[in-house]
Amino acid sequence: MKAPPFAYRRASSVADACALLDAHGGSARILAGGQSLIPSLNLRLSQPELLIDISQLAELRGIRVSATEMIIGALTRHADIERSAEVRARFPALADAARQIAHPAIRNRGTIGGSIALADPAAEWPAAALAFDMRFTAVSTQGERSIAATEFFKGLYETALLPGEVLRSIHVPLPAAAQRAAFGELTRRSGDYAIAGAFVTASVTGGWLGGTRAAFFGVATRPLLAARAMRALDGSAGDAAAVAAARAHLEADLDPIADLYNSRATKLHLAGVLLARLVARLAAPGG
Amino acid sequence: MNQLINVTLKVNGTEVSRPVEPRTHLIDFLRNELALTGSHAGCEHGVCGACTVLVDGEIVRGCLTLACQLDGADVVTVEGLTESGAIADLQTAFHLRNALQCGYCTPGMLVAATAILGQQPPATREEIREHLSGNYCRCTGYEAIVDAIEETAKARAAGRALAQEGA
Amino acid sequence: MNAPVPGLAPTTYIGQDTPRANARRLLAGRGQYVDDLRLPRELHAAFVRSPHAHARITRLDLSPARKSRGVFWCGTGADVARAVSPWVATLTHFKGMKSAPQYAVAVDRATWQGEAVAVIVAQTRAQAEDAAQLVEVEYEPLPAVTDMETALDAATPVIHPDLGDNLAFTRGVDTGGVADVFAAAHLVVEDTFRFGRHTGVCLEPRAITADYNPSENQLTVYLANQAPHMMRDIFAKHLDIPEANVRVIARDVGGSFGIKVHVYPDEMAIVGVAKLLGRPIRYSADRLESMSTDIHAREHRVRAKMGVDRDGRITAIEIDDLTGIGPYSVYPRTSAVEGNQVVNLTGAAYDFRHYVANLRVVFQNKTPTCQYRAVGHPIAMAVAEGLVDHAAQKLGIDPAEFRRRNLIADDNYPYTSASGMKFEALSHHACLDKLLALMDYPALRAEQKALRARGIHRGIGLAALIEVTNPSAAFYGVGGARISSQDGCTLRLEPTGWVTAQTGVTEQGQGTEAMIAQVVASAVGIPVEHVRVITGDTDTGPYGGGTWASRGAGIGGEAALLAGRELKANILALAGVILNRDAAGLDLRRAQIVDAATGEPVLPLAEAARIGQYRPDTLPREFQPQLSVTRQFGQRDWPFVFTNGIQASYVEVDPDTGFVKLLKHWMVEDCGTIINPLLVDEQLRGGIAQGIGAALWEEVLYDADGNLKNGTLADYLVPMAAEMPDMVLGHVETPTRSSELGAKGAGEAGTAGAPGAVMNAINDALLPFNARVTEMPFTPERLLRALGKIA
Repeated sequence: MKAPPFAYRRASSVADACALLDAHGGSARILAGGQSLIPSLNLRLSQPELLIDISQLAELRGIRVSATEMIIGALTRHADIERSAEVRARFPALADAARQIAHPAIRNRGTIGGSIALADPAAEWPAAALAFDMRFTAVSTQGERSIAATEFFKGLYETALLPGEVLRSIHVPLPAAAQRAAFGELTRRSGDYAIAGAFVTASVTGGWLGGTRAAFFGVATRPLLAARAMRALDGSAGDAAAVAAARAHLEADLDPIADLYNSRATKLHLAGVLLARLVARLAAPGG
Repeated sequence: MNQLINVTLKVNGTEVSRPVEPRTHLIDFLRNELALTGSHAGCEHGVCGACTVLVDGEIVRGCLTLACQLDGADVVTVEGLTESGAIADLQTAFHLRNALQCGYCTPGMLVAATAILGQQPPATREEIREHLSGNYCRCTGYEAIVDAIEETAKARAAGRALAQEGA
Repeated sequence: MNAPVPGLAPTTYIGQDTPRANARRLLAGRGQYVDDLRLPRELHAAFVRSPHAHARITRLDLSPARKSRGVFWCGTGADVARAVSPWVATLTHFKGMKSAPQYAVAVDRATWQGEAVAVIVAQTRAQAEDAAQLVEVEYEPLPAVTDMETALDAATPVIHPDLGDNLAFTRGVDTGGVADVFAAAHLVVEDTFRFGRHTGVCLEPRAITADYNPSENQLTVYLANQAPHMMRDIFAKHLDIPEANVRVIARDVGGSFGIKVHVYPDEMAIVGVAKLLGRPIRYSADRLESMSTDIHAREHRVRAKMGVDRDGRITAIEIDDLTGIGPYSVYPRTSAVEGNQVVNLTGAAYDFRHYVANLRVVFQNKTPTCQYRAVGHPIAMAVAEGLVDHAAQKLGIDPAEFRRRNLIADDNYPYTSASGMKFEALSHHACLDKLLALMDYPALRAEQKALRARGIHRGIGLAALIEVTNPSAAFYGVGGARISSQDGCTLRLEPTGWVTAQTGVTEQGQGTEAMIAQVVASAVGIPVEHVRVITGDTDTGPYGGGTWASRGAGIGGEAALLAGRELKANILALAGVILNRDAAGLDLRRAQIVDAATGEPVLPLAEAARIGQYRPDTLPREFQPQLSVTRQFGQRDWPFVFTNGIQASYVEVDPDTGFVKLLKHWMVEDCGTIINPLLVDEQLRGGIAQGIGAALWEEVLYDADGNLKNGTLADYLVPMAAEMPDMVLGHVETPTRSSELGAKGAGEAGTAGAPGAVMNAINDALLPFNARVTEMPFTPERLLRALGKIA
């Protein structure tokens, strides 16, 4: 199981990476942490002519907080997020999620930007981006643009990134005081891809949910906001009746697809169980 | 596409320079170029952990890291950890507890364990199990491995506490 | 007068926790696995493998591959067949068994997805894979036989038309009058059990380096393997080389579990290509190849029923076992053994007389299956234990009490089971009692009840087991297979007084070398550190079967004991001559010749050895010291020496998600004399983990066309550390009288019982929901379906 031959260039800057992408068109791939790309190369599922290595670009790494948002460099590793006091304080659900990504050795190299740019439907970060209403900054030789997460995930491994664009940073709006978030996933073994996973965020005021966002992963060809279910929860206390009403919408919201071990029915059922559990956590006093 | 990349890196404390094919992953580089056969290629798609080594002090998958990326890096393998004596206590605990059978996963297990041995307070059994969740062992059922790491972690923590008391 | 010298008491290492000397090397990263070896002028091989489960090869063009960088040689099935003759895997004692000739590389037709159709040899493995991608193969897909339930239907194509049908083997047992017993039963419980096809997933993939030297017609094969002598015979036969010119070396082996005791066509191809090219050829299966070409096992559907009388005593068992084995029976052990074991072993822990069993073993277009750890046992045990719990539940009898009423009484031996298995002496009741005490069974039941009231659903599952160990020639030899059931041990007294032991049993991490060292040290009377053990080389040491069927300690250990005693007698004879004393009054203890009566040291062993080796001139002319001995041992008293044990699993089921959490596992086992408890416990724990894998995670998935769907380790789920429970172990020791050592095997009992125990624990947890699962692995989906949560 050896990777096919390819050429390799180490980018000296983001601008250099963009120039290389332009020069090589669709035959080049960006190498970030490599924790998804390299296995696909070893398995010969992917045969690029050139890898453009951005993994050593310090400008793409790190977590900063501005007045309105947390800015996570695309090359920030899962382990950095897992250990970040800033993330733990402001977005505990993201810190929890980081710990659930694969295994420690993978988290030491895998990056949030790589995960989002790959758009694996079973990965945690793309769904987190939807639930926390994140935005992404992409750069190319043409300049930079900001893309809302809600506009980003187009389909199976398909994103709004254009050829020649490199994901530079992830922007997470700082939570309002009333915002609560819960994360959960159902995996058969620690570190496995989830059968179903979700992030639920809402502002909880006097026990009432508002602005609820529920983003699921591992259930469809891309991460999805469960729009109807979210509306059913808004204005409720997250009680059993509201949750039941929300669950009833999941089939239409998610249109789950089977995986190797789980039928559509199982996926749907487990997504519903997860939603109920996460909403219960959100709505719990002090949750 | 016969590009060769020159890399210079430190492996087990010694600087080595080699031209490598871009596709060569770190574990093949260590095994084939440097004859460091202690680390193993068990699955080559990042699941089994047999190839776990230290890069710049952190555990990584050798099969998911390209050698050509490691110019300037500091790589340590089970051979280096053995020769420096850094894990002699852990190796003894594995030996006495028989925390290995065929030994194929063992170098990866030992290297992976280094990342939690320094934890204060020492890692619990659950934390150890969770930390090892990416290292496959078909022989032992894991319990003896968890025992050996737990014992070493406790002993190191106690040793540090003692040293601090003395100081 | 001086104080008397304290005498040396006899010491033994039998029963002592002795860490394995060879483990230190492995811990230092100094293992010598096949893939660690480098030979001058070696070349690397890769295979082109069929993407179809069943297809005719209509065109195969190697020319683009030949032009690829680094390529040295490419060959088709016909090319390889010039060097390697085909084989047919049947055993004559399996009456009516049939299989088709199998080639190292497919000729004209591929019969499973992953079968090799061409081989590429290049300077590096990566280059060989590059070239393999360029081989142009045109296939005419043929209908694939995948569902074993319809494999024998008239409408299903016959995979090997010459064989007439897809039935490889069938066997029936009928003790007579069983229908009447069922009709008279107070209760009859019935279940259909399904077992997911799974595989061994050794962390070290299969690996081989074959080195042929034409000038001497000499073949040396470095092979990750459990039975070097068996492989030597086969290489000699199928490559037409005198057996004496074939050397098989199995150094460190990275896990085997039965996976590395079979003839693999790609390994035969490597040896053949080495002979054709006269260059060393290296090959390791990569993980994808391992998943599609290592033997699979355990795809069974068993319909079963059990009759029980008013007192909760089993009166009859009937099973119908259907198993699919892939397109060929695997050479040379055959693929009929697993099903045969199911027939032999189902219910055999219990005292009942009426038994009907029907077995059908069918061909399919999937990866060939063969013996994997605990061959047939996990199926037989799960079926019987599932029925037992089912019956106990229906009768309202506690499952432990039900077993107490039905397990063969400990004083009722020798005993012949309804299926005809002969048991020398088992200890089911002693093990059950010990297990219940270890678990604090009543307290656990009380905890379960209290938690259930709070909506926490835990289950306790028991599974009694027996295990086939120390086989006689009844296993293979009687069927014509050239697989030795005996093993030998050669001991050499070194001039230092240390002993070098060579044994035919092999080491794959079980601790074979440590076990042999303990037996030898105990028998000779020297410190265990003074024994060096050499295994795994057919050019040295005695001929023997190797390590499989839990025979290493029982057969190899006994040979070591006999050799050790003989060497000791020879040493004492030498000492007697040196000291001019009657050897009968001497003993050897802790490397000292001592006065047998007082223990007083009279001559260091090293001094006796020195004289024996270097100064025979000082000894009487008629005395020749015999400082090397070989003893062999084959177990003759019983077809197999059975062991027994019992396991318990404690689980928590989440009825909303169908997830099962393993909380704890217990096992009490009786493997006779325990040589090294540390090693035995590791065998049990590791075996249990593999059994748990079968129960919860492991299944090779195929689609209806025979495409393997989960060929990566990301998709095929093996047990990992985070999910494994801690395991509490206990022992009962009933030594076998078929040997002086009294040791039976321990390698497979963990795997044999764990699936049934976990199944029963899950079903115990599901009781309040009136739900029941009998199809392994117990995925969340299967539980949710049983719970009525999904359609």
